[in-house]
Amino acid sequence: MLSDYHFIGVFVLVAIAFPFLALGIAWLLRPKKPNPVKTAIYECGLETIGDAWVRFRAQYYIYALIFVAFDVEAVFLFPWAVAYHRVGLWALAEVFLFLGILTIGLVYAWRKGALRWQ
Amino acid sequence: MGFWNFVLNFWTELGAWVGNVLSGWGLPPWAVNLIADVLGVLVLVVIGVAAVLIFTPMERKVIARMQDRPGPNRVWPYGLLQAIPDAIKMLTKEDIVPEKADRQLHMLAPILVVIPSLLVYAVLPWGPRIIGQDLNVGVLYIVAISTIHILAVLIAAWGSDNKFALLSAFRVVNQLLAYEVPMILSILAVVLFTKTMSTQGIVEAQTLPYFLVMPIAGFVFLVCALAETNRSPNDLLEADSELVAGYMVEYSGMKFAMFFIAEYVNMFASAILLSTLFLGGYKFFGLENAAPVLTPFIVFGKASFVIFLMLWFRATFPRMRFDHLVGFSWKFLVPLSLVNLILAGIAVKIPVADPRWEPWVQGGVMAIASLVIIAATAWILNRTARKLEGAPALKRIVAAER
Repeated sequence: MLSDYHFIGVFVLVAIAFPFLALGIAWLLRPKKPNPVKTAIYECGLETIGDAWVRFRAQYYIYALIFVAFDVEAVFLFPWAVAYHRVGLWALAEVFLFLGILTIGLVYAWRKGALRWQ
Repeated sequence: MGFWNFVLNFWTELGAWVGNVLSGWGLPPWAVNLIADVLGVLVLVVIGVAAVLIFTPMERKVIARMQDRPGPNRVWPYGLLQAIPDAIKMLTKEDIVPEKADRQLHMLAPILVVIPSLLVYAVLPWGPRIIGQDLNVGVLYIVAISTIHILAVLIAAWGSDNKFALLSAFRVVNQLLAYEVPMILSILAVVLFTKTMSTQGIVEAQTLPYFLVMPIAGFVFLVCALAETNRSPNDLLEADSELVAGYMVEYSGMKFAMFFIAEYVNMFASAILLSTLFLGGYKFFGLENAAPVLTPFIVFGKASFVIFLMLWFRATFPRMRFDHLVGFSWKFLVPLSLVNLILAGIAVKIPVADPRWEPWVQGGVMAIASLVIIAATAWILNRTARKLEGAPALKRIVAAER
């Protein structure tokens, strides 16, 4: 099992090396003449006011929370799907229950207006 | 016979030959494995990067034809080699780092965006036993690895300290998270039928292409693939009329090229994944058994067809509004794929006496049930639309956003 992953390990190393190689070649070839106008933040010709590092809308967190619920569910469902043919009909009933609770969560969020952009 | 056998099984013979040559040099087994791994990885990386050179001209030519203009036509022949001068230009362009940017993050993002897009190729099947590594958790690996892309996008925007970029990144993260869920749920329906997560096993288990067996899952996956690769009509991240160029606005030269490469490598990977899961992968009317040498070309052909579909979508559909896009996933695709998953769960449990007939009976039930669900969905949507037909515009907008 674990021996399957030596290929993945080599792949990770090569995949990390690839962008470094490409950026390195570009670093050797490209001109380097920065000036203040060139390195200004691009904002369609206007002068930038303040940082972009600001607090952002709470709405994004609500979407993220719903996502976390469904993503964790997916982690549980993958082993269920693989082992499904080996377990009896109870597995189906249990997953009905599991998905039902999740669906209630989604419906609740929906009714509360969490999915409405405002 | 030996000659034909060699030609027909060329790729596996080639692999065996390389292994023999390496052990012939008297190397220890671990070194043979290591060199074979490195060679395999290099081939896959070259395929991934070559996809960029193939599909950028294809995209420009196809869209040009659909919009009734010639497209690039200067670089010989017919502008098909346009990607090479573009690459040289990218390589020699100055790299501009904004003075207020966070330099480390600005540097890290283009590196981080390419790595996962290449890593996905490790488990994509090109033929029977022609695969980087047939992991037993193949699809889960793909889902897990491709999520790193979201992180890279956010780092890129945050590192550039540009308001447009940050706005775009928030949109992208929200969109990618929203479309991840129905994508996983439709993959799960496939896994239920194949009883394995190995990509090779999924292709082997497909007696019928799963697009026919579960059209809902196939459709949901196609829409999600469009959204996950940020292709139009879901290309809100670079909505050029509102956000200058999206989260990569502050990137130039080779760093921009990294984002560009990652986009096309991702696009090709998800096209291959879609053909693996739903179009029968390397299977093509028994050709994969008669001549295994052709299987990579079959996969390439199917993936090209999927990419052509993606380009067709881009040329046809207008860009969606951001909240409609996210709402479409949470309010339409997620419930639909949940229903589809439950249907698949029921269909797989149907007892069939003869195992040879099992995929046909269960697949047939699934296909008919899917058609019923599609009809019901269309009916519900139609009824809702008809109810609002006479309503004033404002009321319709409010109803659409609920």
